[in-house]
Amino acid sequence: MAKTVLLVEDEPNIVEAIGFILSRSGYQVHSHGDGATAVQTVRREAPDMLILDLMLPNRGGLEILRDLRADPDLKSLPVLMLTARGQKKDREQAELFGVSAFMSKPFANGDVLERVRALIGEA
Amino acid sequence: MTLDLLIFVALLYVCLLFGIAFAAERRARTGRNAWVRSPFVYTLSLSVYCTAWTFYGAVGSAARSGLEYLTIYLGPTLVFIGWWWLLRKLVRIGRAQRITSIADLLSARYGKSNGLAVLVVLLAVVGTTPYIALQLQSVSLAVEVFAMNGGATGVSQGVTAFWTAAGLAVFTVIFGTRNLDANERHHGVVMAIAVEAVVKLVALLAIGIFVVWGLTGGVGATMDLIDASPIASWQVDGGRWFVLILLSGAAVLTLPRMFQVLVVENADERHLATAAWAFPLYLLLISLFVVPIAAVGLARMPGTNPDLFVLTLPLAEGQDLLATLAFLGGFSSATSMVIVAAIALSTMLSNHMIMPLWLSLSSGGASVSGDVRRAMLLSRRVSIAAVLGLGYLYYLVSGGAEALAAIGLISFAGVAQIMPALIGGLFWRGATRKGAAAGLVGGFVVWAYTLFLPSFGPDGVFSATTLAQGPLGLGALRPQALFGLEGLDPLVHATLWSLVINTGLFLSVSLATFPTPMERLQGAEFVNVFDRSSIPRVWSGGRAEAEDLLVMTQRILGAEEATGFFSAATRRQGKLGYLPDPTPEFLTELERVLAGSVGAGTAHAMIAQVHGGASISVSDLMAVADETAQIMEYSTQLEAKSAELEATAQELRRANDKLTQLSIQKDAFLSQISHELRTPMTSIRAFSEILLAGGLSQTETERYSRIIQDESIRLTRLLDDLLDLSVLENGQVVLNPQVERLSAVLDRAVAAASAAGEGALVLRRDEAGEAIEVDTDTGRLSQVFINLISNAAKYCDADRPVLRIAARLDGETVEVDFFDNGSGIPVAGQGLIFEKFARMETTSGAGGAGLGLAICREIMDRLGGSIAYLPEAEGAAFRLRFPRRLSQPDAPDPRRARAAVA
Repeated sequence: MAKTVLLVEDEPNIVEAIGFILSRSGYQVHSHGDGATAVQTVRREAPDMLILDLMLPNRGGLEILRDLRADPDLKSLPVLMLTARGQKKDREQAELFGVSAFMSKPFANGDVLERVRALIGEA
Repeated sequence: MTLDLLIFVALLYVCLLFGIAFAAERRARTGRNAWVRSPFVYTLSLSVYCTAWTFYGAVGSAARSGLEYLTIYLGPTLVFIGWWWLLRKLVRIGRAQRITSIADLLSARYGKSNGLAVLVVLLAVVGTTPYIALQLQSVSLAVEVFAMNGGATGVSQGVTAFWTAAGLAVFTVIFGTRNLDANERHHGVVMAIAVEAVVKLVALLAIGIFVVWGLTGGVGATMDLIDASPIASWQVDGGRWFVLILLSGAAVLTLPRMFQVLVVENADERHLATAAWAFPLYLLLISLFVVPIAAVGLARMPGTNPDLFVLTLPLAEGQDLLATLAFLGGFSSATSMVIVAAIALSTMLSNHMIMPLWLSLSSGGASVSGDVRRAMLLSRRVSIAAVLGLGYLYYLVSGGAEALAAIGLISFAGVAQIMPALIGGLFWRGATRKGAAAGLVGGFVVWAYTLFLPSFGPDGVFSATTLAQGPLGLGALRPQALFGLEGLDPLVHATLWSLVINTGLFLSVSLATFPTPMERLQGAEFVNVFDRSSIPRVWSGGRAEAEDLLVMTQRILGAEEATGFFSAATRRQGKLGYLPDPTPEFLTELERVLAGSVGAGTAHAMIAQVHGGASISVSDLMAVADETAQIMEYSTQLEAKSAELEATAQELRRANDKLTQLSIQKDAFLSQISHELRTPMTSIRAFSEILLAGGLSQTETERYSRIIQDESIRLTRLLDDLLDLSVLENGQVVLNPQVERLSAVLDRAVAAASAAGEGALVLRRDEAGEAIEVDTDTGRLSQVFINLISNAAKYCDADRPVLRIAARLDGETVEVDFFDNGSGIPVAGQGLIFEKFARMETTSGAGGAGLGLAICREIMDRLGGSIAYLPEAEGAAFRLRFPRRLSQPDAPDPRRARAAVA
């Protein structure tokens, strides 16, 4: 069974791009665009990993990450975080909260794939 | 007696002095200093007054001018016997204020002013340098006399003087800078000069006895000889006598070396009681045989230098031992003077000139006490070397021209200039720093002009013509006949003028200027150093007392309040007028009132002394009142200052808060810009890579290409918006007003907005209301409309989004409303919507930058109008207001326009 990746991102074009890249390599990709309900969605869908945008409507990515890490079931869920804000302190904060990997936008498609493989292996 | 032997004896004597100084230092350190601190040692140390000038020069003076030499002893004698209390006051003040020199004393008295101290130091250095040169000269002269007597030649006077100066420098450095105690006592030095005092007295007495009984054959024969000599026929010049007594009396107080031994080295005030009779006795003994020696010298050795009779008489008689003793006496007189003068001057130079300079140059770096101590010692030592070097230099330059006595008197007249400021400072509270400085400078200048500079002789400093006819032929300015005062002895003339001008300036400037609180405080400390009871004035009740109380109260409370209080009290006592009887009730009440102004302690002290009948002087109370008033004024000034500072600090805090806020906003703005730019770039890059990788269907290729195109447009629009906003904010925008119907502007905006693909929104417009002619920059206005329409299209969350646009004219102001039927903007966000990128991460995810409303606000500002969000409406509601006719100021000031809106 193919490994699943949940993509929490509000920009439809970026969702489409990442979705295309990952599914071509065999991963199953779901997406979710609202920060407020992201944690419930993670619990419900129980993906193999999460790609999380930092700036989301209604609830920021950092807060979502903190909530995930506070949940014993989700403590070790691999999380790749994306940001377009380009601030060092965001990265430091994410690392403090226990992010698995961190990438800045824009990114090379190959890099995203590589990170996902490093975190959860081949699809 | 060979020269070598003499030098050997002199060196031996010097070693002895070193030994005595060391022993005394050790004793003082181990605490067994009762002997060192005996009143007789103190008295003997005062004999630094008697220098080589006294030792050799008194005989010379007697031979030349008869009994005039006595004046030099009469002055100090009068001071010690008659002004004993003045000395006690000086010593008491010296102790209480930890005074280190005469310069320090004046500086302390006049508000701790270092400028004044520097003035005194300069005066002292100029006045003392010739004096030191004189001592060096006396030693070299004496050595020369011995050399010629022994048949030896080739001992240059300069060489002797040089080695004497160098040796004295070494001695003074060793014993003068051993410690840096605050009270600056030098037990070793004091002991050594006490021993020297004994040596010079014994030497002079021995020669006197030899001359009277050995050479002349008893007292009777000597008297006959004196009667026969020219000494007996000298006329006493009354003016000159008076001036000389005055100068020598002043010198004993103001010469730096005298102040050093008299005040600074004083270990116990009671020693003065002994010195008061013992020092005049010493002076009497040392002057006892002066006339006999002079008379015998004139009789036996006519034509030789009478200054050297003390040496030449025993030498001529073959009394080598006596001559050697005489040499040691003269040597002692010279060296003790030089040593003490060097210590005193170096202390002054170092404390008031070198150290302040050093401290200001190395500000901050001198916080380590060890550094300061090292620097102090070094500056002392350098100062000592400099003082002696200066003396030696003067000796070389002047070439030993004048008779010994003349140089000494010039110095006396110079340092006497300190007298008015000193005496005034001790007894007159009204004396001010400016007065003291004016007196000192004036006196010093006159002294230099009338006495010091002419002393270099005709064609020395002044040409003979200047001396005779005045500078530039101005007769009134002749140095030795100032303002036409002719026919006086130059010394009398100079002393008269310099002291008259000095005292006049001191008094008048003091009266004309107002002392600072510090000067007042120090003035009180100095003038009232003894108990107040020492100047008793008893409050004996009666009218005068009530009047004094009133004056005092007026000074504290102010005239009106004090008079009111006194009148009320008088009425209560059933009397007429404003002067109540000082009953206990009245005094208690007065105390309570005064306590409100000067504090309970002072008020109680003031009243209690009156009430208890204690002795108190009115002027003392006045002084306290004066000080209080001044201190109050001072503290009011301080309060005002401190309030001012507090206000400034608050302003700075506000400015800082604002800057911090701005900095946070700037960071937020940059991070927002980054997000807004990177998001479309992310899509563009990702889909470009996908397209490049190939293997896509035709549909996919088209779709992804279109996304790239859309995102590129979005990026461009964002950059356009940014630039637009920047131009608007900087006020560089040029407005192009044109007359147009509002409906036409709206039509254009709607068309533009729907072209951008906001199709689902339904617009409701009001044609009648829109029929308004506007004269403004309709291009910019349309930009605002487009923004508001696109916002509604993007953010209105109703199922069937509707935007209602209504326009009306309110006087000359156009009002246009944009109401949609969505849920509106949450209350929390309303305050921020017009800021750049107000669309925060938590609000919305729809495309477009958060610059739209910020641009709208800027444009409305430019158009002289406003944009507001109406929170009471159901959906999102914006209202624009702007003048129908744009009034463009001649010189558009964007800040003014913005400030009006803010």
